[in-house]
Amino acid sequence: MDLVTPDIGLIFWTTLSFLILLFILGKFAWKPILNSVNDRETSILKALKEAENAREEMKNLTANNERILKDARIEREAMIKEARDIKVKMISDAKEEAKITADAIISQAQEAIKNEKKSAMADLKSQMASLSIEIAEKVVKEELSNKDKQLKLVEDMLNDSTLN
Amino acid sequence: MSLALLQEVATVSYGAFAAIGAGLAAIGGGIGIGKIGGAAMEAMARQPEMQGKLQGSAIVLIAFIEAVALFAVVVSFLAMSA
Amino acid sequence: MGTINYNHIKKLILGLFFVFAFSSLIAQEHQEETIKVEEFNITEMIMHHIGDSHNFHILDWNGHPLSISLPIILWTDNGLVTFMSNEFHHDEKGTVVVEKGNQRFTLFHGKIYYANDTKNSNGEYITLDYENHPKNLKVIDLSITKNVFSMFLSIIVLIILFLAAARSYKKSNNNMPSGIAKFIEPIIIFIRDEVAIPNIGEHKYRKYMPFLLTIFFFIWLNNIFGLIPFFPFSSNLSGNIGFTFTLALLTFIITTVVAKKNYWKHIFWMPGLPVPMKIFLAPIEFIGMFVKPIALMIRLFANITAGHVIVLSLISLIFILKTVWISPASVIFTVFISVIEILVVAIQAYIFTMLSALYFGQALEEEH
Repeated sequence: MDLVTPDIGLIFWTTLSFLILLFILGKFAWKPILNSVNDRETSILKALKEAENAREEMKNLTANNERILKDARIEREAMIKEARDIKVKMISDAKEEAKITADAIISQAQEAIKNEKKSAMADLKSQMASLSIEIAEKVVKEELSNKDKQLKLVEDMLNDSTLN
Repeated sequence: MSLALLQEVATVSYGAFAAIGAGLAAIGGGIGIGKIGGAAMEAMARQPEMQGKLQGSAIVLIAFIEAVALFAVVVSFLAMSA
Repeated sequence: MGTINYNHIKKLILGLFFVFAFSSLIAQEHQEETIKVEEFNITEMIMHHIGDSHNFHILDWNGHPLSISLPIILWTDNGLVTFMSNEFHHDEKGTVVVEKGNQRFTLFHGKIYYANDTKNSNGEYITLDYENHPKNLKVIDLSITKNVFSMFLSIIVLIILFLAAARSYKKSNNNMPSGIAKFIEPIIIFIRDEVAIPNIGEHKYRKYMPFLLTIFFFIWLNNIFGLIPFFPFSSNLSGNIGFTFTLALLTFIITTVVAKKNYWKHIFWMPGLPVPMKIFLAPIEFIGMFVKPIALMIRLFANITAGHVIVLSLISLIFILKTVWISPASVIFTVFISVIEILVVAIQAYIFTMLSALYFGQALEEEH
């Protein structure tokens, strides 16, 4: 059947034409067109990527700023807190010191009073001793002169001394 | 009588048989393509977002089925001329 | 093909629609002229229209055919012989002999034979066997026939179109398409993204792009040329088995040449199967290797030829029913079929490209 029998002439011309067409279009059409399309696509991809990067960077920058602000705020708060602590500490320290000083003064005064008292007592004791001796001297002297008088004297003396 | 009939049958051109063969091939191809088309449509209705992909593969599958029917047609052509 | 501008397609289809409506009318008139002369043989008319021819018939004018004669190139026993086809005086019955050198040729039903020395009782210089097939020797015919002429035309159009497109990229400084390239670029990207990359693979597709693009546009344009029913077009090139045979053969050659070890292994020693099964499958797969390109060849041939046959048959309805009143129905159906054919010719070009890419992809597949 003619319809399904390939013609040698047509096969020859088709092969020739197709190969020439493939060569010409491949070299002068497909190559530049595909290259252009590829170049454009890569440049678009690149631009997109760059935009993405820029956005990322921007985001980072904002985040950074926020972080710095936050840090500053935290630092300020810390500083205020520290200052407050120092203040409190200073006051309490001062109070403590004052108390210590006062205590020391008081104890010193007490010590002094004690000492004074001691010395006064010692003084008193020595005076009493000398007084007693004097009395005893006088008594002895009176005894020696008048018996009654001596007795009376002693009694008087004793009455006097109980007043002390 | 019977001999004459036999002779008549023998001289009948193969064209009619070829046409019947082509028709049978068309039935088979029609059923096959119909099934593919129906399934593809159903799939598209179920997943409209896959339409492009389904269309492409449906066309390729139809091409395969069609080739079988076309083979039969070509065989009929050859039989007709034999 | 969703990326192509919808409006463009609409305009294109509408334009072609009118062209078809108009041309169907022309075809009809021309056929009505011939009916007076002889009994109208529809099969012969259809076969003549979808077959090849040595001269390009444009139209009949007052019963005289107006046609362009094409050069005939013959590879004979004595070397190359060339002459114009009008030396046969439009004869296709083998009654006219052209003598070149000491060789005599005659044209019989579209084929050129060495002519007999004397004519037979019908005035033919041809000896026929009992089935009316000529017994004379055929000449190796490398003529520029109607189909070859149409192919050259399509090549010129393709080259002009795509070189213009390529130039428009060079002109623009940011690689943006302009003019015709704007229309072509989506198709090229479609072939790349939907045909080449999914079938061949991201890394290897580049090498096959020129072939796929060329074969797609070559088939598509010739299909469209076949649909246009007036002078420089109207040949049934892509519905000719010689043409599809050549393109399928090229696909087959490329597939076979680039095939990796894995491809051959899948044909002759299918992995992962028991040995008897392997032996059983080897011949099937081996035949399959040839069936694939043959299917490619027959698919394109049969689809395009069928389209032409349907259109011609619908027009022939007028002559089958012998009434002119059927012509509106004929024309409407013809227009309808022609619109479908516009879709079919694009799909056939796509399928040929797609399957070529699929076969390349199979051949290139590595073991995994």
